[in-house]
Amino acid sequence: MSDAMREDKRVFLMGEEVAEYNGAYKVSRGMLDEFGPRRIIDTPISEGGFAGLGIGAAMHGLRPIIEFMSWSFSLVAADQILNNAPKMLYMSGGQFGCPIVFRGNNGAGGQLGSTHSWCVESLYSNVPGAKIAIPFDPYDAKGLLRTAILDPNPVFVLESERLLSIKGEVPEESYEIPFAEALIRRSGSDCTIVSFGRPLYFCLEAAEQLAKEGIDCEVIDGRTIRPLDIDTIVKSVRKTNYCVVVDQSWPFASVSSEIAAQVHMRCFDDLDNHVFRVNNDDVPAPYAYNLEQEMLPNARKIVEAVRAVTYNA
Amino acid sequence: MPSATTSPSKKNAATALPVDTRRRWLRDMLLIREFEVRTMQAYQNRKIGGFCHVYIGQEAVAVGCTAAVEHKDPIITAYRDHGHALARGMEPKYCMAEMYGRIGGCAKGKGGSMHMFDKRNNMFGGHGIVGAQTALGAGLAFATKYQDEVIDEKQNTRVTLCFLGDGALNQGIFHESMNLAGLLDLPVIYIVENNGYSMGTSISRGTTMGHEITAKAAGYGMDSAVIDGMDVLNVYEGMKPLVDRCRETSRPCFVDMRTYRFKGHSMSDPRKYRTKDEEKKYESDDPIDKLANAMISDNELSQEDYDAMVKEVRKEVRDAMKWSENSPEPDVSELYKDVYVDEWGPFTGTSLPEMLKD
Ligand SMILES: Cc1ncc(C[n+]2csc(CCOP(=O)(O)OP(=O)(O)O)c2C)c(N)n1
Ligand SMILES: [Mg+2]
Repeated sequence: MSDAMREDKRVFLMGEEVAEYNGAYKVSRGMLDEFGPRRIIDTPISEGGFAGLGIGAAMHGLRPIIEFMSWSFSLVAADQILNNAPKMLYMSGGQFGCPIVFRGNNGAGGQLGSTHSWCVESLYSNVPGAKIAIPFDPYDAKGLLRTAILDPNPVFVLESERLLSIKGEVPEESYEIPFAEALIRRSGSDCTIVSFGRPLYFCLEAAEQLAKEGIDCEVIDGRTIRPLDIDTIVKSVRKTNYCVVVDQSWPFASVSSEIAAQVHMRCFDDLDNHVFRVNNDDVPAPYAYNLEQEMLPNARKIVEAVRAVTYNA
Repeated sequence: MPSATTSPSKKNAATALPVDTRRRWLRDMLLIREFEVRTMQAYQNRKIGGFCHVYIGQEAVAVGCTAAVEHKDPIITAYRDHGHALARGMEPKYCMAEMYGRIGGCAKGKGGSMHMFDKRNNMFGGHGIVGAQTALGAGLAFATKYQDEVIDEKQNTRVTLCFLGDGALNQGIFHESMNLAGLLDLPVIYIVENNGYSMGTSISRGTTMGHEITAKAAGYGMDSAVIDGMDVLNVYEGMKPLVDRCRETSRPCFVDMRTYRFKGHSMSDPRKYRTKDEEKKYESDDPIDKLANAMISDNELSQEDYDAMVKEVRKEVRDAMKWSENSPEPDVSELYKDVYVDEWGPFTGTSLPEMLKD
């Protein structure tokens, strides 16, 4: 964010506690000191208001970064982020684009209960006009965010509170990670596992375990849901003939059901079984530790799904 | 904070403004009226689909308010937006063709009656969701101020006019926007076109303090004004000092603009919720007749001039309809245009409407 703000004065950051508190999760630490209160702007608890304010500012040529403390709280701004941002260009017949980034934590944070444990990717990817990126590690977080800021469309960047403590090599200089370029995080020949963001860690864990059983998994990080790099997924499935999609949102009408449908369409003759899906259980997120762990897509469920899809159950 | 109530005397206003200016406003109001009468006909003839809300009765508001600001000042409104688009300078043919669902429309037929946008004229839309534009209005004001002060390192030079209906007073987003505008010192004026009704709900049935809505502004530390919106001179005179002050101090303000819609809420409204007497009372307060009669009786306009003006406007609207009729339906390829700026998957990038091409 700081790189982009140094290069382009049109970029500003706005959200709850982003300035004087240094970010509710310290993501914007030090930015107030560098850029001052005109560009790092604290807001009241008013998601609809500041989301809409950002959209209006984007219509007038600025490049806002709007932080939601959690994507769970974006629901009160739904009209602004789903109606106004993604549809302005279309409704105005190409006159007013909306180059804006909404970012914040997404996904079950750890025993926060249902209201605070939203995974919005399935809901929001249903909306044409927005792009959705989900970083897996610090390298991707920096590169995808930069691409998002430079993108002339509204982009939702779904970060994860549970991944904020992950450490990794990040180059000093700025770089972009193009959208719609999935990354093979682990190559393998027996089964394709597709996921995004935090559940990828469980996929990799499961893949290690399965390797010991002689099942060699290929783990694909989609990186962006819209646009979706279906080609990389298809290529992998044509090689492995099996596919499991792991998605941290709820199963009904979800990212995983969309990917399953597309894989079925594109790989009908290559598949040796239907696509298996691992999602949140179809229940509200519970508080109790054991229940929450059971509800989320975890390594055990992924291992079981891979065994089942490859007829090793 | 005290609320400054503005109600200048009509005599002062009438004499202070050049005749040409008043003639132009009269013509602008006549154009909107004629445009809306024809819109209703076209709707009945099924040339126009969807929801359609006409501005008849409220013409003085859009004309007087846009006259009080400069062209560079952004304006934004709700779905009853034809009047604002025309007052801002959109050619009637682009507005009409939009409603006809033709490629020549201001949004290439993708927005319809409720979504009139005109980039060149700094008209940032009609917006269909009640209240939603109030946050965008705050954002426009934020942007002009940021561009002037943070990027160009000068003083803020622009004011945003954000119109809303009285019904929007009850939306959460309106209150969030007022709070943000107050907190961040945004140069925006919220103008409530208080026509007394949101669909069939009179303001007293839907809004606490409906008899004194400036109380809402007081709660957000904003100056406010009550302005008689049935008289264009009064609207201008009331708005001008507010606009000047907003430009100078970069403080938001709030206007209770008293007006009345002569027709139904939309095209399917038998108006059972109000009396014929009430309608008659307001119809006799017609903003167009008021200005025309005053100018004629002061010998500033002859009856012949006026008749010629009416005729001219009629022709202009008739031509707009003809033009719209002849504008083709959007090509099916338009479906996948303007979803994203760039091209990917089935999406074919973006392109500007005819209106902005010449
Ligand atoms: C969020 C939302 N709820 C309901 C509607 C349906 N609706 C359209 S106009 C309207 C009445 C609004 O009245 P007001 O704000 O006073 O504006 P006016 O029609 O008088 O110009 C309603 C309820 C809507 N468009 N958006
Ligand atoms: Mg109303």
